[in-house]
Amino acid sequence: MQGNRIIGEAAIRAGCRFYAGYPITPQNEIPEYMAENLRKVEGGVFIQSESEIAAINMVAGAASAGARAMTSSSGPGISLKQEGISSMAAQELPGVIVNMMRGGPGLGNIRPSQGDYFQATRGGGHGDYRTIVLAPGTCQELADLTMDAFDLADRYRIPVVLLADGMIGQMMEPVVFKEPKPRQYSADYVLKGAGTGKAKTIKGLILDPLDMEEHNWKLDRKYRVIAAKETRCEIFNTDEADIVVVAYGTAARVAKGAIKRLGDHGIKAGLFRPISLWPFPTEELRRLAGTRKEFFVFEMSTGQMLEDVRLALQGYADIAFHGRPGGVVPTPVELANVIVRQYRRDR
Amino acid sequence: MKKVFSRPESLRKKFVFHYCPGCGHSIAHRVIAEIIDELGVRGTTIGVPPAGCAVLAYNYFDVDMIEAMHGRGPAVATGIKRVRPECLVFSYQGDGDLAAIGIAETFHAANRGENFTIIFMNNAVYGMTGGQMAPTTLLDQKSTTSPPGRNAVLDGYPVRISEILAMLPGTAYIERCTVNSPANIVKTKRAIKKAFQYQLDGRGFSLIEILSPCPTNWKMSPIDACRWIDDVMSKQFPIGVIKDEPAKAAGKEGAGHDR
Repeated sequence: MQGNRIIGEAAIRAGCRFYAGYPITPQNEIPEYMAENLRKVEGGVFIQSESEIAAINMVAGAASAGARAMTSSSGPGISLKQEGISSMAAQELPGVIVNMMRGGPGLGNIRPSQGDYFQATRGGGHGDYRTIVLAPGTCQELADLTMDAFDLADRYRIPVVLLADGMIGQMMEPVVFKEPKPRQYSADYVLKGAGTGKAKTIKGLILDPLDMEEHNWKLDRKYRVIAAKETRCEIFNTDEADIVVVAYGTAARVAKGAIKRLGDHGIKAGLFRPISLWPFPTEELRRLAGTRKEFFVFEMSTGQMLEDVRLALQGYADIAFHGRPGGVVPTPVELANVIVRQYRRDR
Repeated sequence: MKKVFSRPESLRKKFVFHYCPGCGHSIAHRVIAEIIDELGVRGTTIGVPPAGCAVLAYNYFDVDMIEAMHGRGPAVATGIKRVRPECLVFSYQGDGDLAAIGIAETFHAANRGENFTIIFMNNAVYGMTGGQMAPTTLLDQKSTTSPPGRNAVLDGYPVRISEILAMLPGTAYIERCTVNSPANIVKTKRAIKKAFQYQLDGRGFSLIEILSPCPTNWKMSPIDACRWIDDVMSKQFPIGVIKDEPAKAAGKEGAGHDR
């Protein structure tokens, strides 16, 4: 099954009943899949919105009314959605936002890229907030993490970003859909009319700075819990490794190919693959550094996750970097050659 | 003793409106609350206040509410209404919110025939931010960003958004009212009640535009502001029904949809 369609199917299976989106390459198969299949499900709503901004605000409305809701886009569209994502973070509304990254900045191109790491992991919009960011590396993970994204969004009442790229979205791989967990959430915020009880208000405007500060600290406490409990990563082949490559998503696939080739050059290499980009698996990475390895960060950008790796390792280990921005996907051979050169220069 | 006047159930019990003396918002709030009471739908109503002077509407209405970002009310209301078609959903928006930054959301919600109601407060200025030029500011009207008066060549023309939306097949009912006199307040109430009833009957999109006095930013006394609506503003924005398609019954092609 194709990556983008997998996201649609996994979302529906996870109980997503509201999708709004605007066409943009390379993720068009997601709205197309939802148009065809979500409306067949009881209570399922698909809207092709007039804009990216409208789509995220429709998602906010649907979330406030209690639905599991999702939107999807790519770089330029995600930039437009930031107002709504910031608002959802402030209003503590759950929701899933898919970003199939393409080359940027600006209109850029429609080739796979990882240039939106900063935007995704630093909140992205205005104000002091975070979103959970999950980075699938395979089609199977697209299915699993899409489902997990809805669970996390509900558990913490937070927007969750699924950050992949055009490569994974267009790729076809076999996939097994896991059994979705029953939806667990506290529905006390959900608007359905006050009935005979007290009216509820969902808002982000808090005019008193001390109250606003307290709201920020409340969000911050939530983010600290998430940072402590929700990190995810894959550690591959690092036990004997002299070099640990740090890469996520499509770049991690390339890295795995490169690691195999490095063995032919007599270099033992392993992979550290963050799956949650925020929270970043800092502790897990730092534990690897305890054995004094060399680290090699590889991204399809000019170096964004690199900063989180530096923060995690701060002085504990040597960090080298290779990046290809702009929609270029290097081959495993290219990456292996770069690492070999780097390794030999250091010795 | 017979009680002839009391606060609507759908307004909260203890508050003082923060609106300026002579402002139309508090009148519109009260009228909407009375109608919600009369229709008996307080328990199933969800309102969407805007960014602007009415952002604190949730401090006054005793109904479920979610504040929308500037201009996004119709998108938020779309999400709510599609998930909860049984609820009465209304978005409350000013002229800048609706006709400038939120024009796309407004236009396309209307074009989809979304089965909710927009209360459109037109006071021809950005009130909350201090009286800047709005899309509805009249030609020659002074504002802080059109100090010599709005100039068509430099600033464009005032937008009659209700007439534009009336051209869309998805809209069922659009009327322009004002709250500058007791008689006009009664007419406004009748219009909003009809719009809400159309929504409850599933007839699709309705919008009530209210010409609302803003004495503070118009730099007039409240009485002069009410007169100005009659003498000047309503010449540009004529009062009355702009579109009414009562035949647009629930379930018919093009009428409001449940999902």
